[in-house]
Amino acid sequence: MISLYLATPTWLHRIRVSYKLLALALISLVLIPLNSLWLWGAGLVLTFVLYGTLGGEALKQLISFRPILWSLLILLVLQWWLAGWHAGVLLVLRMSTLILLANAITLTSSMDDITEVMLWLLQPLKKLGLATELIAFAMSLCIRFIPLLIAILDHLIDAWKARGGGKQYWLVIAPMIIQSLVFSQHVADAINARGGIPKQ
Amino acid sequence: MKALQFKTLDIVQIALFAAIMAALGLIPKIDITATLPITAQSMGVMLAGIIIGKRNGFFAILVFTLLMLAGLPLLAGGRGGLGLLAGGSAGFIIGYPIAAFATGWFYEKFSGLANQFATFLASVLGGIVVLYAIGIPGMILNTGMEPLAATLFMAPFIPGDLIKAVLTTIIVAAIARGLPEQFNRA
Repeated sequence: MISLYLATPTWLHRIRVSYKLLALALISLVLIPLNSLWLWGAGLVLTFVLYGTLGGEALKQLISFRPILWSLLILLVLQWWLAGWHAGVLLVLRMSTLILLANAITLTSSMDDITEVMLWLLQPLKKLGLATELIAFAMSLCIRFIPLLIAILDHLIDAWKARGGGKQYWLVIAPMIIQSLVFSQHVADAINARGGIPKQ
Repeated sequence: MKALQFKTLDIVQIALFAAIMAALGLIPKIDITATLPITAQSMGVMLAGIIIGKRNGFFAILVFTLLMLAGLPLLAGGRGGLGLLAGGSAGFIIGYPIAAFATGWFYEKFSGLANQFATFLASVLGGIVVLYAIGIPGMILNTGMEPLAATLFMAPFIPGDLIKAVLTTIIVAAIARGLPEQFNRA
């Protein structure tokens, strides 16, 4: 399980996640109402400069955005056709700038720190009686389960191929869910036997 | 609130279904017809609401969404991170947990119908109608697109989503045969 996080520290790693998120929120609030192509073009260039200051690894991450280029292209054409070229170009500039800026936060903040901010954002739900520490527990449990589920899936797909199965891979979903539901009872028993979910 | 009291098994099933969502992102694209490949992941939203119920389904997809936004590349195609919230699909990502809840809610309402009908209708209403009702306004808000353009952009996905509702129906029927006790509580 690889997260998108860049392991080599950069200057952006040293800034607290909450400040980075706040900065992004402010940038979007101020810039989104503005419709100047020059401004958004400059914004995109500055964003690339920002990635440049984060080093080669960050620039390599930009390549992973290639699939998005296609949907941006379709958006451009649709918007051009329905609302004119200015609106089309603006849309593409604005979206790519904001997506890349937000992604820069993901690259430079550890999952733990981001999760902490998210649980803090869920605080209002606490007033309704939701134990946010249970959500945190479910999140860490889920991270532990993902490799396991992938293993179950691999076994099922192998078995499916061994029996000469065709391309209808979705047929493995039902057995995958049945196996994991049976397994969930065992995990719950094991957690309860050890005194239940830890209270924080 | 009693609705927010969780037993250990609830939490485990929430975590497990969030992990199932992640695994569904890895299933090779389903080729129903040569021209219409669909990903299995959004089927997880429908499945969650029906199989573990509206509340647990909601929290399972919420956990998945939070992990994805926190930077795990869990979305089909290996995407993840906060950038998703700036893109055109932000409304769909936020709508996922709500759609799971809605699917489960409709499924409960349709308990008088045969299981297959209830599953299919709930998947269409919760997993398509509710999801698009949140996703398309989100897209308009985030991109400033014309409402018509946003709707046209999403229209090609609807046939695939209808197929997913059919597949969900088949999968739920298979699980109900293999594990009938899971459906007793509904």
